[in-house]
Amino acid sequence: MSGGHTHALHVHGHSVVHKLPGHLKVAGLVLFVAAVVATPARAIWAFGLYAAGLAVVAGLAGIPVRFIGKRMLIEVPFLLFALLLPFVGEAPYVSLAGMRISEAGLLAAWTILAKASCGVVASILLAATTEIPEILAGMNRLRVPTAIVAIAGFMVRYLEVISDEMGRMRVAMAARGYEPKMFWQIKALATSAGALFIRSYERGERVYLAMVARGFQGTMPTTDDSPAAAVDIMRALAIPAMAGIVAVLALVGGR
Amino acid sequence: MHIPDGFFNGATSFGAGVVAAGGLSGALRQSTARLKDRQIPLAGLVAAFVFVLQMINFPVIPGMSGHLLGGALAAILMGPSVGVVVVSVVIVLQALLFADGGVSALGLNLINMAVVTTLSGWFVFRLVRAPLPPTRRAVLGAAFLAAMISVVASAVVFVLEYAIGGVGGVSLTNVLALMAGSHLLIGIGEGFITIAVVGAVLQARPDLVFGAKDLAYDGTERLSMRRFWTLAGVAAVILLGLTTFASANPDGLMWVAEQTGIGLDARSSATASSPLSDYGTAGLSGVVGTIVAGGIGIVVTFLLGWGVLKVFRRRSSV
Repeated sequence: MSGGHTHALHVHGHSVVHKLPGHLKVAGLVLFVAAVVATPARAIWAFGLYAAGLAVVAGLAGIPVRFIGKRMLIEVPFLLFALLLPFVGEAPYVSLAGMRISEAGLLAAWTILAKASCGVVASILLAATTEIPEILAGMNRLRVPTAIVAIAGFMVRYLEVISDEMGRMRVAMAARGYEPKMFWQIKALATSAGALFIRSYERGERVYLAMVARGFQGTMPTTDDSPAAAVDIMRALAIPAMAGIVAVLALVGGR
Repeated sequence: MHIPDGFFNGATSFGAGVVAAGGLSGALRQSTARLKDRQIPLAGLVAAFVFVLQMINFPVIPGMSGHLLGGALAAILMGPSVGVVVVSVVIVLQALLFADGGVSALGLNLINMAVVTTLSGWFVFRLVRAPLPPTRRAVLGAAFLAAMISVVASAVVFVLEYAIGGVGGVSLTNVLALMAGSHLLIGIGEGFITIAVVGAVLQARPDLVFGAKDLAYDGTERLSMRRFWTLAGVAAVILLGLTTFASANPDGLMWVAEQTGIGLDARSSATASSPLSDYGTAGLSGVVGTIVAGGIGIVVTFLLGWGVLKVFRRRSSV
């Protein structure tokens, strides 16, 4: 619960990308992904440019390629589905190495592969360069309803409380010689899940009362409300703007 | 279930975003009165809890893994409107902090995992509880079914969305059989975790369970056989209804799509033979296969539900 909140996807750094205001980065991500999704799949050159844009950001932020690759594994189930499409898709067919491949399926597989990869890498870059409080403050500045930001803030805090509490309970069980792993031991797991909820909730109540005692009135105080500098806006939106232009070009002429 | 970018066409993603924003703002408006004060920490806690639950992934079939959704749990603990808000927060943060689910597919993911699970879960929960006495066991039985059906409903809605604007030329019947079948299994897991948490909270802090506010707390009451069969009957009717809805719907949808030409370009109808039309239903034609799968699901659920009730009966009579 103390300072220095970081999360699994965060890579500490002091690069240009790290220093940009959170709300500009979130807006940039949304614009970039919108451009990627709007691009017709046949415009392969456009996806090359998107990848180049992402590579520039990753290079500036100093995010290692291996780190991004590892996190991209989250796509794998959908990629497997995509790889299936050329074989279960419908006519017209082309034959490739003796197999019958659906043309529509092949195009769909490429669409998913290209767009999902661009989207995942862009999201990873946001998460890697932005601390959680900055993202929350950014959501606040982008006029996301206060209740949502407040719940998100509490959620982020409780995540640590819950996982720590879960760890302690597991250690306590192991210390008493019981380590439920099998399906028929689900009752033990289930009761610990319930107990975990109650324990964390009652701790949460105490935290809330402590916050009220210190003057909490429903929103967290923000320290920085100054309008973003023009330089920051240009830096944050350069790549998304490029993506937008590419998408328009691809839509107009790329088919 | 977290849809990445590019899986759906741009228009569908955008439209889903608009629908999800509408649903979310409606839920927010409904819940502001309750979210004013102490509810916000509880909402944050439930969100964190759902977040942790959603991280538990388990393989269902090769190439597809499932995880718990938590919508029904949130609805039972906090009520439907706050539940929608809570699970939405989880989905948004997953997209922004963990690159889980595409940003452009956020609307679709919100509809599937926050709105549909929570509302269908709450609906089933109320429906099952209505004819039953206000007991702990009725609440838990209703919670199990609500959680299970909410997951299947979410999968069915995914298929509807896929029919409107999904990428790829797979026949809808295949997608439906695959999704509904696999999510029946996920739903059973979801049901177990949901009753575990609801049961534990009921025991220690019954005041925290929104869906059981009326509960006359009596730990000694036993479930009569007649009530058990009523519960089982209600479950069977709901499941059967869901199955026939699921099996009848693609054809209707295909028909609409062919008539209007939305999204689906000249795709053959579900009954025409596509190269692998027996792909998720092991040799049976799509509609029959879905009904058979549904029937098997009902039997399995019956047995499971019976086992679950048995465990809790033994526990609460101590």
